[in-house]
Amino acid sequence: MKILILGAGQVGSSVASALASENNDITVVDTDHARLRELAEKLDIRTVVGHASLPNVLAQAGADEAELLVAVTSSDEVNLIACQVAQHQFRTPTRVARLREAQYLDVAALADPEHSAVSAAISPEQLVCRHVERLIEYPGALQVLDFADGRAQLVAVRAVPGGALVGHEIRELREHLPTGVDARVAAIFRKGKPVKPEGSTVIEVDDEVFFLADRKNILTVMSELRKVDPRPARRLLIAGGGNIGRNLARSLESRYSVKVLERSKERARGIAEDLINSIVLVGDCADEDLLREENIDQTDVYCAMTNDDEANILSAMLAKRMGCPRVISLINRPSYAELVEGGSIDIAVSPQLVTLGALLAHIREGAPARVYSLRRGAAEAIEAVVRGDRRTSQVIGRGLDELELPPATTIGGLVRGDKLLIAHHDVVIEPGDHVILFVMDKREIAQVSALFQTGATWL
Amino acid sequence: MSQRFRAIQRIVGIIIVLSSLTKLPPALLALAWGEQGTPSVFFGSFLVSFLIGVALWVPVRAVNYEMRLRDGFLIVTMTWVFASLVSALPFVHGPPHLSYPDAIFEATSGLTTTGATVIDGLDELPRSVLFYRQLLQFLGGMGIVILAVAILPMLKIGGTQLFRAESTGPTKDTKLTPRIAETAKALWGVYFGLTLLCAVSYWMAGMDLFDAVCHALSTVSTAGFSTHDAAFDYWSSPILEWIAILFMTLGGINFGLHFVAWRRASMAVYGTDSELRSYLRIIAVAAVLVTLVLWLTGTYAGGGEAFRIATFQVVSNITTTGFAVTGFNEWPGPAPLLLVVLAFIGGCSGSTVGGLKVARVVMVVRQGYREIKQLVHPKAQFLVKMGGRRVSESVVLSVSGFIAIWFICFVFLMVGMNFAGLDLESSFGAAVSTLTNLGPGLGEVATTWGTVSDTAVWLGTLGMILGRLEVFSLLVLLTPAFWRE
Repeated sequence: MKILILGAGQVGSSVASALASENNDITVVDTDHARLRELAEKLDIRTVVGHASLPNVLAQAGADEAELLVAVTSSDEVNLIACQVAQHQFRTPTRVARLREAQYLDVAALADPEHSAVSAAISPEQLVCRHVERLIEYPGALQVLDFADGRAQLVAVRAVPGGALVGHEIRELREHLPTGVDARVAAIFRKGKPVKPEGSTVIEVDDEVFFLADRKNILTVMSELRKVDPRPARRLLIAGGGNIGRNLARSLESRYSVKVLERSKERARGIAEDLINSIVLVGDCADEDLLREENIDQTDVYCAMTNDDEANILSAMLAKRMGCPRVISLINRPSYAELVEGGSIDIAVSPQLVTLGALLAHIREGAPARVYSLRRGAAEAIEAVVRGDRRTSQVIGRGLDELELPPATTIGGLVRGDKLLIAHHDVVIEPGDHVILFVMDKREIAQVSALFQTGATWL
Repeated sequence: MSQRFRAIQRIVGIIIVLSSLTKLPPALLALAWGEQGTPSVFFGSFLVSFLIGVALWVPVRAVNYEMRLRDGFLIVTMTWVFASLVSALPFVHGPPHLSYPDAIFEATSGLTTTGATVIDGLDELPRSVLFYRQLLQFLGGMGIVILAVAILPMLKIGGTQLFRAESTGPTKDTKLTPRIAETAKALWGVYFGLTLLCAVSYWMAGMDLFDAVCHALSTVSTAGFSTHDAAFDYWSSPILEWIAILFMTLGGINFGLHFVAWRRASMAVYGTDSELRSYLRIIAVAAVLVTLVLWLTGTYAGGGEAFRIATFQVVSNITTTGFAVTGFNEWPGPAPLLLVVLAFIGGCSGSTVGGLKVARVVMVVRQGYREIKQLVHPKAQFLVKMGGRRVSESVVLSVSGFIAIWFICFVFLMVGMNFAGLDLESSFGAAVSTLTNLGPGLGEVATTWGTVSDTAVWLGTLGMILGRLEVFSLLVLLTPAFWRE
């Protein structure tokens, strides 16, 4: 696929490196020469220096041949105009833009996708917000991924002593669960390495377990793997009043008691104007006295949401040591996340990975309904839509155990209509099903997508 | 041995296997033509070099290592050295039965598209040997490593590093297509197409098929080997010379431009390139100058003939092809030196030509001019521009550095040649002809290197590889920092 990426920032670079390894022709446009050179040294891509919305720059970057345009420059306006130019002058079929400003998003969503300049808009801040919200909802979850509009969720949990299933075989799960509740372990990562979950696999302490279940059963299943605090989170402290911090506070303040910590007095005033129930504090997130003053030890969740990795990590560590039971930190650099997650910080949220997954759903061949990039991009959870009929599809009418899946790929379940069917060998795939797959090794993705390809495409 | 060296060994092994295949076409032709002795020589040397490649590759075939930028230099240099060594085998064991230093010189001269030769009496050699020499030039013209990047899928990762270490010119990070393998394929496709076109033109203009193909292989690659001692004088046909002029000139143009022109099916792109304009201007001026010299001194009777022969020799030299029509080294006045000096400039970047490259020369001249202007207007802001666009300071600096190092190498080479027993004029000619990949020199090495000492031959071999890899790829290996883990 010929892909044109505008902007070589964090998101642009990570999209480029995720896609360059998958046989795509990628061209990256940016104004920063040095950054492009660095990228071109690492990846097999073409780079073009220039202003991304200018027609001659786009022409030079091969916009007339590109099948997909991903506009992720730091400016919403440049992204919008680039999409517009690509649509009118180069007839680029798919144009995905990152838009930060909520008002633009509304416009982009309202417009008819056939005629709108932006065929899909992505807002990293909104995605990250929703991601963190779900994490707060399920104490103990490392990751919560929605499928089929939230009917099913894939949850990652670290197994700790005290969970009923820890130290037991996976097949005992069904016996533990109350009737009517069903779940499936989709993947296990042990010391960072994937372990294929079979009925006889024993779950060990410290395993990272991904399971799929109906949304209403998530907490029940989670209790199999760790002691779940029956008291849901009440008090939150959000450090950093940027776009993410503010949006998060706004959407949570009706259900939780929220405090927002912002360094700049001016910004803090703006946030205070915006929010109704929250308390806005002015101060540094690494200020020990301030945290103690605000009862950090009584706070249920501490979210470090500033735009500075180091500040996030340090303040989250500080909060943890001062007695906050759960700390979540925004970490952009993958190497930092690897260093601290699971140790001094409970959950590291990577904005890039969250955004990347949303972009991948548009980029992957056949446009699956949803893609989540996991484990720094090494694994993916995919929601594939079954299309076609018995003749054109390789999967319709076949039982799940009859599918020829590559070795590191598992099926968690499928959503039919409103119901989640957990993957058991007797489930037969029908047209219109949404199949939820977990691909533990990214190299198998081409094989998986070929399996679900009908004569035409997935969707 | 570290992972790094194993990975390098693996790639060098693969490329040796690939380059061993060059011995198959002459082997098959020798069989078809019913030559005595040569088929077994070619099959034998194919087998030997194939096995050397396999022996390097097999023990480390499973190595998994992500190449870094600097590994590209080592791989490319090793490839050229090994490829020259194994390509020398047929010259030793078959006719013309050269000594090892001479055979290695001949093979290197072929692969680096230099065109200097130690052989006298080409016309008596078996045709398969002649064809083999031309084939080496064709392979080296666009580059062995770039060919390998184009056709070997295992070089997909790290291909960019290799590509940059082998391609020519100051700006190495311009890709024609997003993926490096596609770029390499595109370049080789254009190169192959031009060579084919050239062969057909020669053939239609009166060469026999064998000579047409052989000369096409050494024209577009701007290499300069011929199948006859007299080269183009063998035919003395004006139309053949004009065809050669055309295709040598095309070989000296950036192949990226050819590719874009072909892709868009329009010649417009040629008009926009400032390097190309300078290149054509230099050719025009030099051709007029040499014509004047030849005409005024009465070397050639007619003005038309003088112009044709002067243009042929100018193009042949500036593109470092080195076809010599008329023993130009005995021309009167400044003509011989002027022609040899043209080779310093060379062709456009990204072409098959050696020398410094027009872009670099123009850039350095403009930088010098800027310094002069700055002396007059100390407060003024002057920029070095190419094609109306500013050239960044770092590029100007690296180009100046390149030219400085290049000339230092040149001086060392020249003095070395002098030590090896060549006289002053020949030392100069030998250094120019090898470092610029020109071929014919001056004095003793004007037509053949058969009479010089072994030391001079080895120095010449070194000079050719230095010139083909644009000095830095080889010199970087001599720094201790490169080898530090």
